[in-house]
Amino acid sequence: MQKLPSTLATAEQVGLPVIEVSHVSTRFGPAIVHQDVSLTVMRGEVFAIAGGNGCGKSTLLREIIGLLTPTTGTISLLGVNSRELEQPDGSPLHRRFGVMFQHGALFSSMTLADNVAVPLKEHTALSARLIREIVALKIALVGLPPDSAVKFPSELSGGMRRRAALARAIVMDPELLFLDEPTAGLDPMIAAGFDDLVLDLKRLLGLTVVMVTHDLDSLWRIADRVAVLGDGRVLGMGTMEALAASEDPVVQGYFHGPRGRAAQQNHAGALPERA
Amino acid sequence: MARRSTTERGASPATVTLVEGRTLRCQGAWTMSEVARVERVLAVMDWPTGGAFRFEGSGIATFDTGGAVVLSRAVMDARLRGCEVTVEGLRSEYLQLMSLVSANWSVMMAHVAVRPNGTQLVTALLRRSRTQVLQGVEFIGRTSTALLHLLRSPARLRWRSTLNSLRLDGVNALPITGLLTFLIGVVIAYQGAEQLRKFGTNIFIVDLVGISLLREIAPLIAAILIAGRSGSAYAAQIGTMKVTEELDALQTFGLSPIELLVLPRVLALVVALPLLTVYADVLGVFGGMLIASNQLNVSFTAFLTRFEEAVALRHFLIGIGKAPCFAVIIALVGCYQGFQIRGGVDDVGRHTTISVVQSIFLVIMFDALCSILLNWWSL
Repeated sequence: MQKLPSTLATAEQVGLPVIEVSHVSTRFGPAIVHQDVSLTVMRGEVFAIAGGNGCGKSTLLREIIGLLTPTTGTISLLGVNSRELEQPDGSPLHRRFGVMFQHGALFSSMTLADNVAVPLKEHTALSARLIREIVALKIALVGLPPDSAVKFPSELSGGMRRRAALARAIVMDPELLFLDEPTAGLDPMIAAGFDDLVLDLKRLLGLTVVMVTHDLDSLWRIADRVAVLGDGRVLGMGTMEALAASEDPVVQGYFHGPRGRAAQQNHAGALPERA
Repeated sequence: MARRSTTERGASPATVTLVEGRTLRCQGAWTMSEVARVERVLAVMDWPTGGAFRFEGSGIATFDTGGAVVLSRAVMDARLRGCEVTVEGLRSEYLQLMSLVSANWSVMMAHVAVRPNGTQLVTALLRRSRTQVLQGVEFIGRTSTALLHLLRSPARLRWRSTLNSLRLDGVNALPITGLLTFLIGVVIAYQGAEQLRKFGTNIFIVDLVGISLLREIAPLIAAILIAGRSGSAYAAQIGTMKVTEELDALQTFGLSPIELLVLPRVLALVVALPLLTVYADVLGVFGGMLIASNQLNVSFTAFLTRFEEAVALRHFLIGIGKAPCFAVIIALVGCYQGFQIRGGVDDVGRHTTISVVQSIFLVIMFDALCSILLNWWSL
């Protein structure tokens, strides 16, 4: 199984916390999104944030990467308080994580290759040739064909756009990769391919992956640990097996609905050695 | 794998040293932020041809894809010169990154090779402009047939959206149109007053202000304002609906976007712009009148008496006669640009700009054409 800790991350690095969310509460006016949410992500793992629609998963992700500030509580990202990401000199930290947004968020006025090259052009002094080569490597790594590099985002299919966004997120060799609903809206084959791709990249580049997802199949396949959010709180956290045995009614409903059971059976069938 | 955290803990910058001409000692942080210098050094290095060549990598403190690409390229270059290349001393995880790069090398080179060439770009541009002209003609045709259908069964007109459009693009534009033409009237009268006083022909201020405003300036100002105000809004509204697939949804209900979105806007503007022009005429002449009495001692009564004699009815009719044509140009260009939007959000901004520039351009072209034709017929 590929679910080993990254072969590239050295022993003493694995298992150190890279993200610490402590006692975070978020309010938008009268609406309470989070209430006292705490969680820790360890280096080298694939950590998933799951939960129903509107439970504040994406909000939490946006708070971790510094796009939103929680009302109270602190979030530390690679040892830095994420409030500091708003400062213009936060950029050394910005180079150390990559984000793949739900709809790709590719810059529509640029070709795919130019999109992927943006962080390299902005953050490094590399030659144009080397940038082209690194971009080409990352585009090849995510499995896009060579002729797609000169296409514009509007000319790409949904799955290709997702891969392009992933290539852009990993172009700086980040330590941390954030994925916002990476497989939403993809067909099952492409979604499964995307899961494999994330695992491969994690192994090859030694990434720590944090993803927000609804996709029970990909939760079973690639997540080392999962936090389930609901009612603004963390309802359960642990491996999928542990969560599947959870007593909490919401977690139960989430994992033991018809789709949850199917995904679990699929997983048990496909991977007997894990069962 | 490179951990930038270790780089920041103070690893030395990336360096290469050629030892005895046959060994390249690589040291320091071979990461994207540091490796640029090494790449430049390698580019001008004196490489041996043939024989054994050794890359000594035990001094590499940190390594990432950037470093791996630079090192792989150096290895490839050495091989091309016929060297027997060995890479030694690299940590196992760094070697893994090297093999990742070499496994993808041919695909990478294919990627790098794909670049659009000049002739293709030019032919693509020509083809694009041809289709644009054709699409413009097609759009006018569709709108005209939709209008014919509407004339046959007028009950199909969307009264609600037509009246709404009339309010948004006509009534709400009253304050700004009025203020602007009033000021233009003031400006023209001031400029004229200076000259007319020299000849003692103060009363001709009426001819100057009346004819120029009624015939040319008020219709133009109103049209340009509406092009900026409503033409751009049409493009953005329809474009956003296109991006969010609302237009497709309409079509699946068997509804025609042209009938639903374009005709109400065209009709509303055709009604609103002439009315706005009349309003602009009144306020512009009023502005001129104020300055005439103030600067040239032409009283309101004298001004209005002279106005009846000097300004023939045809000037007013030519002015408001052009307004519906301007309205059609502005509404069609705005809607057409809205339908042209494909894909992304930045397309919305681009086509909104195009719609304003094109409609103002066409309005002024049409106005110039009118002037020439009317001059021929000595009107």
